[in-house]
Amino acid sequence: MLYIFCPHCGSRSQNEFAYGGDATVKRPELNKEISDQEWNNFVYLRKSPRGKHLELWHHISGCRQWIKVERDTSTHEIFKTYRADELTE
Amino acid sequence: MQKYSVFSLIKNAFSDHQNWEVAWKDPTPKKEYDVIIIGGGGHGLATAYYLAKEHNITNVAIIEKGWIGGGNVGRNTTIIRSNYMHDDNALFSEFGMNLWRKMSQDLNYNVMFSPRGIINLAHSDAQMNAYSRRGNSMRLNGIDAVLLNREEVQKKIPMADFSDNVRFPIFGGLMQPSAGTARHDAVAWGYARQADSMGVDIIQNCEVTGFDVTKGKIVGVRTSRGDIKAKKIGLCVAGSTNILAEMLNMTLPIETHLLQACVSEPVKPLLDHVVTFGAGHFYCSQSDKGEMVMGGDLDGYNSYSQRGNLPTLQHVLTEGIAMFPFLSKLKMLRTWGGIMDMSMDGSPIIDKTHIDGLYLNCGWCYGGFKATPASGWTFAHTIAQDRVHELNAGYSLNRFNSGDLIDEKGLGTKTWIS
Repeated sequence: MLYIFCPHCGSRSQNEFAYGGDATVKRPELNKEISDQEWNNFVYLRKSPRGKHLELWHHISGCRQWIKVERDTSTHEIFKTYRADELTE
Repeated sequence: MQKYSVFSLIKNAFSDHQNWEVAWKDPTPKKEYDVIIIGGGGHGLATAYYLAKEHNITNVAIIEKGWIGGGNVGRNTTIIRSNYMHDDNALFSEFGMNLWRKMSQDLNYNVMFSPRGIINLAHSDAQMNAYSRRGNSMRLNGIDAVLLNREEVQKKIPMADFSDNVRFPIFGGLMQPSAGTARHDAVAWGYARQADSMGVDIIQNCEVTGFDVTKGKIVGVRTSRGDIKAKKIGLCVAGSTNILAEMLNMTLPIETHLLQACVSEPVKPLLDHVVTFGAGHFYCSQSDKGEMVMGGDLDGYNSYSQRGNLPTLQHVLTEGIAMFPFLSKLKMLRTWGGIMDMSMDGSPIIDKTHIDGLYLNCGWCYGGFKATPASGWTFAHTIAQDRVHELNAGYSLNRFNSGDLIDEKGLGTKTWIS
């Protein structure tokens, strides 16, 4: 069982959360001409590193806020969690 | 190579089975090979075997970080099927079914292929309609499919929950009678033994640490046992694909996720088929030893850990008990996990890359084991001829860019959501 520290609610079990994937992916800017390649990169390509991974989780059975979690993908250690609008290191 | 037969078995019985030849050698890596396959799992071993057998390329090495057959080929739930709707998946898988049917004879190794049939249960009229459409698509591609009504399903699997007030009543199911299971370790060992006998070097405990690329062409690979040169290199590393891709400065439409499986204590034979639950993600078959072999959802977040987490297991087995209530009385014998290369449309990639001489085989999601022979066969063709075969033409790396996705399950890019 993962215990995830929600910045709004405190430490909760993973059962309350839904996973949202890589949090470092940036959507191409709106109102700007973008190439197919840029769109492809945004929608499909993922680094999926072994080790530290910054990812989105949705506290869906709690405060329903999206949060960012920095987690190790091989040990599952959680280093730090952030509010969705918070800047990460 | 020593041929396995009843006569060799009797002959060796006289010497207490002490004089069998080793099934494959343990060579030191040479300085250079024509082709190096990275990854000594089912797909890598099959690729080396078909390179030697179909294309007469025998100066080949398989490089494996651990031991052969220690990854997903030894961790899956051994299901073999071709019940796909889309042409690319259906034709590829059915080509594989034909290789499965003669694999034991082909490899002179009993892979215990057991075409016991797979039943996908339906729990609503809409699902029956969807299965009817998929079954018709399969039949148009020459694959056997039978739509079963509730009574026919009950005759085949009377132990499923057919009571009146269940949450997900069984309306019927789609059956592929020619689908089945095989002994997964035997598949790895059989391919390894034949590949070795044709001159392929199987190099275990040899981890890739980097690649040598010169002017857009692959030159060799750096490993924990020294640098090895090669004209062509094929990647067959499933859940470790992204780790190697990073060394090559490539970013792929792949995420690595953890999938668990488990077996119960052995019981007397009671389940003749592979059965999948239609209102969630759970599948079950009974092994020859009597264990119920079960699996279901991914753990749901990126993971390289090769060990599972209990909430997912509980969720999956809750579905299992909804389908087969008797499972609640069985004790769990083992649970384990493997890391899956989840592609963004749920279908695999077997293709060339932008680096000359580097070939990619990945993205097998939940369905890598059944694809072993077809994947090896088409990947060997792609490497040997330096062009894709029509069977794997749809499994291109560029399809995400061009929009030609093979989105069998309609999950979009979230293949880790079920």
